[in-house]
Amino acid sequence: MNKYEVVIGLEVHVELKTATKIFCGCKTEFGGAPNTHVCPVCLGLPGVLPVVNEKVVEFGVRTGLAINAKVPNYSKFDRKNYYYPDLTKNFQTSQFDLPICEHGYLDIEVDGIVKRIGITRAHMEEDAGKLVHSGKTISSSDSSNVDYNRVGVPLLEIVSEPDIRSSEEAKEYVEVLKKILTYIDVSDCKMEEGSIRADANVSVRLVGAKEFGTRTETKNLNSLKALQKAIEYEVERQIEVIEDGGVIEQETRTWDDEKGITLSMRSKADAHDYRYFPEPDLPPIILTDEYIAGIKATLPELPESRKKRLMEVDDLSAYDANLVIAERFLADFYDEVRKNIDDPKLIVNYLMGDYYRELAAAGLDFKNSPVSTNAFIELLKLLQDKTISGKLAKDIIPVMIKEGKNPKVIVEEKGLVQISDTSAIEAIIIEVIEANPKAVEDYKSGKGNSIGFLVGQVMKASKGKANPGIVNELLKSKLDS
Amino acid sequence: MGITINDVKHVAILSRLGLNDEELQKYEEELNDVLNFMEKLNELDTQGVEPTSHVLDIHNVFRTDIIEKSLDLEDVLANAPDREDDYFKVPSIL
Amino acid sequence: MVKIREIHKQLINREISAVELAKEYLARLEISSSKFGTYLSITGEKAIEDAQVIDEKIASGEEIGLLAGIPMGIKDNISTKGIVTTCGSKILENYKPVFNATVVDKLYNAGGIILGKCNMDEFAMGSSSENSAYKLVRNPWDLDRVPGGSSGGSAASVAAEEVVFSLGSDTGGSVRQPAGFCGVVGMKPTYGRVSRYGLIAYASSLDQIGPMAKNVEDCAIVHDVISGYDKMDSTSANMPSTKTLDIIGKDIKGLRIGVPKEYFGGDEKVLNTLKKALAKFEELGAIVEETTLPHTEYALPAYYIIASAEASSNLARFDGVRYGVRDWDQKDVTDMMSATRDKFFGKEVKKRIMIGTYALSAGYYDAYYLKALKVRTLLKRDFDEAFKRYDVLITPIAPTLPFKIGENIKDSITMYLGDICTVTINLVGIPGIAIPCGFVDGLPVGMQILGKPFSEELLFNVAHKFEQSNDFHLRKPEVK
Repeated sequence: MNKYEVVIGLEVHVELKTATKIFCGCKTEFGGAPNTHVCPVCLGLPGVLPVVNEKVVEFGVRTGLAINAKVPNYSKFDRKNYYYPDLTKNFQTSQFDLPICEHGYLDIEVDGIVKRIGITRAHMEEDAGKLVHSGKTISSSDSSNVDYNRVGVPLLEIVSEPDIRSSEEAKEYVEVLKKILTYIDVSDCKMEEGSIRADANVSVRLVGAKEFGTRTETKNLNSLKALQKAIEYEVERQIEVIEDGGVIEQETRTWDDEKGITLSMRSKADAHDYRYFPEPDLPPIILTDEYIAGIKATLPELPESRKKRLMEVDDLSAYDANLVIAERFLADFYDEVRKNIDDPKLIVNYLMGDYYRELAAAGLDFKNSPVSTNAFIELLKLLQDKTISGKLAKDIIPVMIKEGKNPKVIVEEKGLVQISDTSAIEAIIIEVIEANPKAVEDYKSGKGNSIGFLVGQVMKASKGKANPGIVNELLKSKLDS
Repeated sequence: MGITINDVKHVAILSRLGLNDEELQKYEEELNDVLNFMEKLNELDTQGVEPTSHVLDIHNVFRTDIIEKSLDLEDVLANAPDREDDYFKVPSIL
Repeated sequence: MVKIREIHKQLINREISAVELAKEYLARLEISSSKFGTYLSITGEKAIEDAQVIDEKIASGEEIGLLAGIPMGIKDNISTKGIVTTCGSKILENYKPVFNATVVDKLYNAGGIILGKCNMDEFAMGSSSENSAYKLVRNPWDLDRVPGGSSGGSAASVAAEEVVFSLGSDTGGSVRQPAGFCGVVGMKPTYGRVSRYGLIAYASSLDQIGPMAKNVEDCAIVHDVISGYDKMDSTSANMPSTKTLDIIGKDIKGLRIGVPKEYFGGDEKVLNTLKKALAKFEELGAIVEETTLPHTEYALPAYYIIASAEASSNLARFDGVRYGVRDWDQKDVTDMMSATRDKFFGKEVKKRIMIGTYALSAGYYDAYYLKALKVRTLLKRDFDEAFKRYDVLITPIAPTLPFKIGENIKDSITMYLGDICTVTINLVGIPGIAIPCGFVDGLPVGMQILGKPFSEELLFNVAHKFEQSNDFHLRKPEVK
């Protein structure tokens, strides 16, 4: 048994998928030549004023509803004051005591156990610019360059309760959150572009202790791997400090991915006092119950609910259900196909089996595949009415992906229709029996598995077109007679 | 509540004002004067009074999510004290 | 000949060209402003070019608006594209905005000719214009006295007839008090009436841009042009611009005037002048009654807390990174920011930043900032009550006559107390107009008329009625 219990709270920063910034009309597009996506407003030039992008508020409400949070009727912006050269005003316009949503939760599952993680709040704020250092690291550079393109990109900061107890739970929490955010279409959640990143508040305490230990905050973890590793490192480090009789200092740390360690980020002028006060340049936001209900009505069915439905109604295993709900597009695809095909297992087998494999081989994914739901439905129908065999389907799928063709057309063009005509199959069977006396002998002497070989020979002779069910049946009756 | 020289130092750091000792002393005195003057508000019972941050009763002032033209790069950097290529250049961040 | 209508008539009758007018004013301004310290930059070349455009319009028979060709001065905290805008501070010594303030665009579109940027207290912090980082402004009525502040340059320039009108900004009286000290008319509009976009913020919840002119009608014409909704300013009221000229001249018989007693505690000579003016209003048919605004004494500390707190945040952006000047002797960015701000901000600015930072810092927010916001609510209630009974309120603008240069600058509290009559109006957001109401010892005395939110048209009319009953606005300082 472990002597220490780990306590983790996560602050996840999510970049919202708007066309323009939170307070001005500059585009949010990733990349772009330095300092080309800026205007007087986001540059914080003297005299400028912010105007809130309505989409940011809408996305904030959407998110709140999707993470089971309360969306209050009254919300406002505040200024968070601190100096850093990546800020253009030396304050960040954010939300302090009246955020866009509060008191939510997410359910996560680790090792088969479902656990509820509380969400304290989610608030809207603006992103900062990017510093490019002349040397290899911040400290070895004698100057830095600033690109303000990211300044003012809308963010939602989602703050969890300290309910997380391990790095696995932390990872799972972020995964579940990412899935929801992409489902409700408020963020791309591309970690590699920094559109979702996490700060981890980590502390340890003796098992059974009532009080939390002193926590550290490790900032800007921009991959799930970094998140897990940083938490694990921090836990080990803290335990070691405590075991050595030391004290944990409450501080901000940074993750060095190369070295795999966290480092203290203290600077000499770092006095944490953000002097929040209500943003005088922005009137408050009042959301009516009707507005909130209107947004609620546009929310898609969320992943957890879909999973439940797939397991209970469609009788899929948890494993299969998880595969299907992994992304919104796939889940929608499944549902669309399911309306036409009354065989959930068949859908999943093809979707996650041959189809997925061939897509991957072609360097594609579900979303950018040329195969329409209709084409996929047709393919399954051809299988269901035994026009084609599973083996034929294997040949058809790559053509569907490569040429974007309808499976029926492919079948016709290549003459791939399955032979179900018993007399034609019987003729082939007779040939095969004559050509393979040894196998026939084996079968008759009780080596049942030699029938497989014979079926294979028949299929081969029919160039795969023979209906395997009929082959099996006929062959058996021929040999047994 | 009197303001001490340490308070003045702390406030100067928070405000990014690199004051020398002489200035710190001077501000200690002046800030105390002004804060004493502000103490007058404590005479007033404001329990249950809502604060007013905005005098106008307006809310929900929004813009639509439509891209507008950004500034030309040369205008962006026109007033920059120092630049390197198309970046603002600042001394080392320690 | 300085009235906007008169000049307009001369221009369209081609008795004078816009270029001639601009040259005439520029020539006078060059000499006069060096005496009064009214300008931080003079834009002669642009003025002539802009005037040529007006002349071309007139020549081609195009209709021109009332402000076309009219020479104006703009306070140096209002952004003017391509024209250095310093805010009276060394930290912005070389700063050329790349965009115009909304009001500047509106005035340009109306054909106004900018002659230069008016001197002011650094970042509009001050009541005497002695806090300008560049030079003093002198009162045209007495060179040894201050013109008031912070829009001292704008007010003195109008008084000295260097321009026909000017723009100032008013956070705690910065349009009205210098207007009073210089014997001109100045309007502090309702918060939200005039766009703040491009006004370099001192205290965002209090700042308003306001026009200044020699007489009420000229001031109203400018107000009609600069007011109105602006989508770039989220705190802009969604209302059309004022149309004052439609109502100016209307009778004020039966107008209910409240006189809040708390405002009548200053210099005897000032108060007597006010009393005479109130008697004049009675003659004009108004009903004048004493009233009360019981929380007045708390306004000044509340104002200095709120204004300083907002300023501490608004002025954080001046850090030597993106614009303005920089201290080059520092090796790391934090030291660079601190040194730049220490070196290039003036004393009063640094003091208010420190006070504001302190008032917002952990452990003090409730005692100072939050308390001040609550006092603001109480002040607002005072006015709501008063306006149930009165159409307008009339008070002095300042408790004293224009004081001597150097007299108050050493003692902040005395200087702050001079703002006692003006700051409340910003805290509650209502409009107030300053007009001359008499002279004492050759120095102008101003009065302010206050109204409900968005009652600027009424205030202009009331002020106009009073103005037409005397010759104060026709007097000119003897410029030696």
